[in-house]
Amino acid sequence: MPEASSAAATAAAPTAPPRAGARASARPAPPARRRRSARHAPNGWAHLFLAAGGVVMVFPFVWQLLTSLSTNAQVMSVPPTFWPGELQWGNYAEVFSKLPFLQEFWVSVSITVIRTVGQLVLCSMAGYAFARMRFPLRGVLLALVLSILMVPPQVYLIPQYQIINGLGWLNTVAGIAAPGVFSAFGTFLMMQFFKGVPDSLEEAARLDGANPFQVFWRIMLPLAGPSLGALTIITVLWSWNDLLWPLVVSTRAESMPLAAGIATFAGRTATDYPVMMAASALAMAPILLLFVVMQRRVIEGLAHSGLK
Amino acid sequence: MSATAPTRARRGHDGWWPLLFVLPTMFGVVLFYLWPIVQTGYFSFTEWGAFGGQTWVGTENYRRLADEPDLGTAVVNTLVYTAIVLLGIPIAMFVASLLSRPGLRFSGFYRVLYFMPYVAMPTAVAMVWRLIYNGDFGILNWALALVGIDGPAWTSTPGFALVAVSIVGLWTSLGFAIIILSAGLKTIPPELYEASSLDGATAWRQFRSVTVPLLTPSVFFVSVITVINGFQLFDLLYALMGQGNPAIQQTQSLVYLFYNEAFLRNDKGFAAAIAMVILLIVGAVTLLQFRMQKRWVTYA
Repeated sequence: MPEASSAAATAAAPTAPPRAGARASARPAPPARRRRSARHAPNGWAHLFLAAGGVVMVFPFVWQLLTSLSTNAQVMSVPPTFWPGELQWGNYAEVFSKLPFLQEFWVSVSITVIRTVGQLVLCSMAGYAFARMRFPLRGVLLALVLSILMVPPQVYLIPQYQIINGLGWLNTVAGIAAPGVFSAFGTFLMMQFFKGVPDSLEEAARLDGANPFQVFWRIMLPLAGPSLGALTIITVLWSWNDLLWPLVVSTRAESMPLAAGIATFAGRTATDYPVMMAASALAMAPILLLFVVMQRRVIEGLAHSGLK
Repeated sequence: MSATAPTRARRGHDGWWPLLFVLPTMFGVVLFYLWPIVQTGYFSFTEWGAFGGQTWVGTENYRRLADEPDLGTAVVNTLVYTAIVLLGIPIAMFVASLLSRPGLRFSGFYRVLYFMPYVAMPTAVAMVWRLIYNGDFGILNWALALVGIDGPAWTSTPGFALVAVSIVGLWTSLGFAIIILSAGLKTIPPELYEASSLDGATAWRQFRSVTVPLLTPSVFFVSVITVINGFQLFDLLYALMGQGNPAIQQTQSLVYLFYNEAFLRNDKGFAAAIAMVILLIVGAVTLLQFRMQKRWVTYA
């Protein structure tokens, strides 16, 4: 595993140049239009619409934070209490006593790391082989992998549950993470990238006597930064937020990831609103923070994978 | 993206290397995906005993499904949800075109605002929406009361509950559509705008005759993804309404129906038949979308 995560690290490093390129292409405004817009079309109206819409988009998050710092009586008051006055930070402390938050947090982190590292390694290897190697049954195997992309998850959920149950992996991190370590989509994404790499690089390394694994590891993978980044973003988002599968294979609160933990906690105690808001704010905070810090990469990564 | 043709036909022999590269993925794909798909197909013709073990019942599950009123409800609900979320695409187009205006300041900041709901955990945001929608003390009904409307208990009244869930679905997926459409806008050559303004086209005329047609491939992509995701409605429904909600039966989606039969009522043979029906419907709708794209998608 340490080896694999260093692969992720080295692969993430060369993301810088494409970012610079994207920044340049982010303002392709032709001189004529720019001049005209500077003179005739100030962006006042645009700001008005965008800000109004932005307030609507963000309001639930703000409301969540305000409620998480209120008393239950304030939450249930009519008209609503907009500012709680004395902030009830104790609600956040109660999260840790009312639900097994730390255990659930740990489960979320574990399944996210296992799936992401697993997919980065396995999908890039398989994607590379499908894109650039010659072997018997290549077309058939590829068709089999890609056929999964068109199948809704419900179609394989029951047998997956049986496998995890048969292994005695219900209520374990391994059981929740296992099927998601393999990904047809990730393999496809990486294959599309490797198809576009010019032959010359590979041939030079081959002439120097590198074996295919060395070529893959030292030459190809470092080039794949943006695609590996996109795959990481997609896998992290999905792992952290997914509900259905964890709900199926974990029944005990302390062995659930946060997404399932929050949903079932709400089912048990529907009336303690401030603690519920504090718990859900804490549950999504890591991903939101990560997004705000890396927003350019996240947005470009998703657009990149979407437009493949 | 890949302009060059696949270059797998390299000289030299790869020997056993490809096997090493492909085997782990093939193992997982066969074990966790392909074989299970075959199994589910088989299960849909069986009935499950209380302690495991399946007996072949032929098409019994499908016949039961045809008489099951919940299936029709779930199909209609899923379609209504998907339709409402699709209404986000024109909104996203408008926002994306504002965001791409030359010289717009704070566009990165706006992007963060509009994209936040997409990355946020659905079950966690559902909790605050539950509060907003609350019939007695929710802020939505308070705001509606200001304009003289007496709002319902949104998440526990059939009909309203589906609309409530759909609006949250629209809110979460808007960011994704904006990102894809913004990327699509960037690919429109600026010369087209220059040429059309030399011809005296107004801004609205440019939008209609340049922006919209050239954006249709992105719109098509977003709508295919939105429909596929729409058919997967589960998280929001489950977390927003909660179990034991009196309106859940009238509001359930296809995936909720599947989950309920497979894992709560433990009727896995019947649930397998539902899964096959979902596969069929999603396949048919996606095929239909691809068939119809010739009518409205412009590939430059």
